[in-house]
Formats: sequence, C-alpha cells, structure tokens
Amino acid sequence: MTTYYHSVTLDDSKCKGCTNCIKKCPTEAIRVRKGKARITNERCIDCGECIRVCPYHAKKAITDKMEALGGYQYKIALPAPTLYGQFPSRYDRKAILGALKAQGFDEVFEVARGAEIVTEAVKKILMKRDCPKPLISSACPAVVRFIQVRFPALIDNLVKIDSPMEVSAMLARKRAAEQTGIRKDDIGVFFISPCAAKATSVKTSYERYSSNVNGVLSMADIYLGIVRDMESKKYDKVLIQAGIEGLRWAGSGGESLSLQAESYLSVDGIHNVAKILEDIENEKLGDIEFVEALSCTGGCLGGPLTVENGFVAAARLRKHLEQSRYMERAEKRMDYSEVDLVWQKKIEHKPVLKLDENLQEALRKMGELESINDKLPGLDCGACGAPSCRALAEDIVRGKSHETDCIFKLREKVRDLAIQMMELEGKMPPVMDDSSNGEEDLKK
Amino acid sequence: MSNGILTLVYDIPAMDMISAGEASSNVKKKLKQLGVNPLIVKKVSISMYEAEMNAVIHANGGSATVNIGTDEIVIIIEDRGPGIENIDLAMKEGYSTASDEVRQMGFGAGMGLPNIKKNSDSLNIESEIGKGTRLEIAIKFTS
Ligand SMILES: Nc1ncnc2c1ncn2[C@@H]1O[C@H](COP(=O)(O)OP(=O)(O)OP(=O)(O)O)[C@@H](O)[C@H]1O
Ligand code: SF4
Ligand code: SF4
Ligand SMILES: [Mg+2]
Repeated sequence: MTTYYHSVTLDDSKCKGCTNCIKKCPTEAIRVRKGKARITNERCIDCGECIRVCPYHAKKAITDKMEALGGYQYKIALPAPTLYGQFPSRYDRKAILGALKAQGFDEVFEVARGAEIVTEAVKKILMKRDCPKPLISSACPAVVRFIQVRFPALIDNLVKIDSPMEVSAMLARKRAAEQTGIRKDDIGVFFISPCAAKATSVKTSYERYSSNVNGVLSMADIYLGIVRDMESKKYDKVLIQAGIEGLRWAGSGGESLSLQAESYLSVDGIHNVAKILEDIENEKLGDIEFVEALSCTGGCLGGPLTVENGFVAAARLRKHLEQSRYMERAEKRMDYSEVDLVWQKKIEHKPVLKLDENLQEALRKMGELESINDKLPGLDCGACGAPSCRALAEDIVRGKSHETDCIFKLREKVRDLAIQMMELEGKMPPVMDDSSNGEEDLKK
Repeated sequence: MSNGILTLVYDIPAMDMISAGEASSNVKKKLKQLGVNPLIVKKVSISMYEAEMNAVIHANGGSATVNIGTDEIVIIIEDRGPGIENIDLAMKEGYSTASDEVRQMGFGAGMGLPNIKKNSDSLNIESEIGKGTRLEIAIKFTS
C-alpha cells in the first residue's frame, strides 16, 4: 500500500507519550508505542483534535513555508474568511487584505468570494427534486473524510461541488492569466489556512485529480507579518470582493444562513458531528433539508491553525459582517453560473475500520475480540497505549498488540508465575532438600 | 445458516429513552467493522431500531439476540409485554396505539412495523395477548 499523505504529524522530540491525545481521536487513529504517539495515517481525517489537546505541542500540521512563493513569477494569496477574525476590531478588511498582499503577493483573492459562488450552486442542488435528504455540506474536508471512514452510507448525501478554496483558486488563476498574460503554470496560488484538513486536500485531493492550489500557508505563520504591517502602514486600495454571504462561512451556521434553506441543522465539533451523522444514518433527520457539519468547535474560526481563540474571533468577525453591508467592492457582481463546479472524482468508502477482507475471518476475529474484551478490566486507562480496552482487544486480534500490554493482565500473569515458582520451589529434588525429615532421622 | 456464526445478546430496558436504541446502534458498529456492505448495514440498523423501540415503548422492554453468519443476519426481539391483538392490522402503515405521551416523543406514526417489512428479507411475528411478542427479522448480505 502506498502511504497516504496527510498533514497532521507528530514531533517525536516533543512527545512524552502521555496518552492525552489517544482518547480524543474520533477515528481511534493514535496509539502510544515505545513512549511515543503513533498515527495510523489511513485512519486520520486531519481534524486537528490531537493538535488542540497535546499539552507539549508535539502534534503539528505540515504546511508550506513562505519560501514556497519563490518558485513563481506571480503570486496570489487566497485568505480564508477566518483570517478577518484574527485581529483587533480597529483593523478593517481593507487593512487586513492590504497587509496580507504586502507579505510578498501580487494579488489577493478572497475565498469568501468563492464561497458565494458555491452557495449559489448548492441552492440549485437543493431545488432539485431528487436531492437527497438531508443534503450534507462538504465544506469541511475533515467531515468528508470522517464520512468516508465511518459513515459510508452517507456519501450519497454529500454536496459534490468544489470547495470555496478550489473555486477561488481556479478563478484567481484564470483572471490573473488573462490580465497579465503570464502563463498559468507561472502563477502560484496560496491558500491562507486555518485548517490542517485543507492542507491535506491540496496534497491528496479526494475530489479532484489535482488541486488548483499550489501551496497552503498556515494562518498562524503569516499572522505576525500582517500585524506588523498594519501597525506601520496605511492600506487604502480596495481589494474587497466578498459580501456577507461569503464572509459568514467562517463560523458555524454561516453557510446555512447564506443558503436560506427551509430547514437546516448546523453542528460543530467532531464528536457532536459524529452523533448527528449517526442520526442521519438512522433516518431520524429526514425532516431536515440541509446539514452543515464542521469538525472544529465554532467552525473554521476554531480551526487548529488560527491564532485567536475561536469565540473571540467569532465576535470580531461579526463586526466585519456588519461592515460588509456598506463596504465598497473592487469587483462588481460577476456572473459565474457557467463555471463547472462538479467534483471530478467519485469519492469512495475507506474501509479502514474493517477487521478482515474475508467476512468469515472477520466474524472469527470479532468473536475473539469480544471474548478478549470481556476479560480486560474495562477501565479504559490508556496505559497500554490504546484509547480503550476495546481498542486494545481490537489491536490484539489484528496482531498488533498482546494481552500483556494491559498492565492488569501483566500483573495477573506475574502473580500466576510467582505462584508457580513458589510451587516449583517446594518441589526441590530430595538430594538438595535440606529440610527433609528423612535425613534428620538418619542422623539421629 | 452458514458457519462462522457470531451471537450477540442485548437487554432492552423498558421506557428508558436515554439508552433506547443502544442495541441497534451497537450492532451497526459491529457490522461496519465486519465490512458488511453499507446499504445492508443501513437496512439492518433501521429494522432493528424499529423493533427495539417497539419493545421499549409498547412492551416494557425485552431482549435482542442477533446471529450473524457469512450470508445473513437474523435478529430476534422478544418481550413479555401485552402482545399484539391483530398482527395484520398492526402491519398497516399508520396504525398505532401509541399514547399521547409517546407521540410527543416523536413516535407513534405507525410506520415501524411496515418499515421493518420493507427493509428485511423475511419478517416473522409471533404474539400472544398477555404473554408477549417475538419478532424474527432476517436480512441477507448478498444483493
Ligand atoms: N412489541 C410490541 N408489543 C405490543 N404491541 C406492539 C409491539 N410492537 C408493535 N405493537 C403494536 O403495533 C402497532 C404498530 O406498530 P408500529 O411500530 O408499526 O407503529 P408505532 O410503534 O405505533 O409507531 P412508530 O413505529 O411509527 O413510532 C403499535 O402501535 C402497537 O399497538
Ligand atoms: S488529526 Fe484527528 S483524526 Fe488525525 S490523529 Fe489527530 S485526532 Fe486523530
Ligand atoms: S471546521 Fe474548518 S478549520 Fe476545522 S477542519 Fe473543518 S474546514 Fe478545517
Ligand atoms: Mg414502532
């Protein structure tokens, strides 16, 4: 199997093997082995939960560095709308976009603009008679991957339309090529990301043959440069393209509001998302038209690569939402209804949780798993490096762990051995046994 | 039934709306782990959920016995509740004797049994007034 590339990784030197992360992972992708956390790549959906919970900052998301800009003649920054919530309210969007451009870009294209185009496309799907109910947003790639791994029956319900990031990248490149005459390949498009899952989408796309984005820069990495420039300079050029419909995609519920769906549900935080997906799978939410599910608490504003606390960022974004009503735009409303936004690839079930390829064998392993699980203490203490006793039992039947990895089982075994040794000791051969009465008798 | 059978047994508590549905959700998880086709998993979880809820709501709880083989799954839900007076009538879409209280919780559309019928390959109901009800639901893995 070729190794699946994804963004979230471990910094070995910082990891203390504390097991904080293993219980938080929604796909049970992490185990602690030899004192270090190990991620099973195929299971990881890049939700970033482990990054948030690690007290030693040993979990990180791999993104591109600013040096990546060097490879292109013309550089475009694609800020996620989350960016606007990262700075104190005294900076308006004009200033933020101006300072962002000054970080080494020739142009900026707001992903919020792409979000508006996607909104229109999704509205059309919702109007179709054969639209699955509920339709599930594909805005969050971590949720899409979660569905691929744990809820394959819901793949049909996903919106199969390019993400705002992809749409923005495609349009920005096209526009720049037309306006400057520079070859498309010499134009570098960089997403300014709050999100590890999006970084993975650019490198290993599930919906496209290749991404329109050339690199992903962490919002946290570019943050300081923007603050510094906003402090020292004035930015007056109007670079604003997007309105409220696009901006509010940054927070939980924003996409739904823009869609004006009749009945919608918005849920955030991956463990809450799991419960809702479970309900949809059980056909309990047939009365809901649209479900917006975001992996991070508060939506992308709570993304793992943001700087500001998600709740603070939400308050600050609100200001930008209000201002957007009267802010002048650089681009007049353009008609993008002709752009083809449908996914190129069919996304598939990733059966990584399966016990075996063969059902008979899988059943045998399941039976064994149950009986091992029954004998484990059920404390879910994590000392074995697995998130729960059940997960350890699963690892054992998969041949990846041993029963004695459980410290309680190990103690039991040691005690049994000790008893056996005591018994053996009592069975010394008579020639060496000085406590034998027989000998004493003879001496007398 | 084919060899390699795995048997799972669950207790279904009475009128406990917090843990209601746990047995079917647990079976669903296991079928996914076994790699059973997602569409079949869906049929199983819907059928079993409806039968489980009927035992919770109409019959003071009961038990579920699930037998998984290599080509089908058989779910038996038994209770010692009041029994069903007229099974043919109970099978009709929209027929329900659910109380107002139960309806307020979102049940009582009279769609449970018809839904089980629709999602399963065979459904067998035995019921005796005052003694209880036994549902046997079979769903094949192929198709
Ligand atoms: N286990 C049972 N014990 C006693 N009566 C039952 C049992 N299961 C079903 N019934 C009777 O059959 C009727 C129809 O059941 P069905 O599951 O189709 O609908 P419901 O439970 O009333 O509503 P819904 O399933 O749509 O919430 C019930 O209202 C009840 O009178
Ligand atoms: S990013 Fe999410 S899915 Fe991946 S290892 Fe961390 S917690 Fe698990
Ligand atoms: S909620 Fe937003 S930031 Fe978080 S994983 Fe999903 S897309 Fe990324
Ligand atoms: Mg019912």
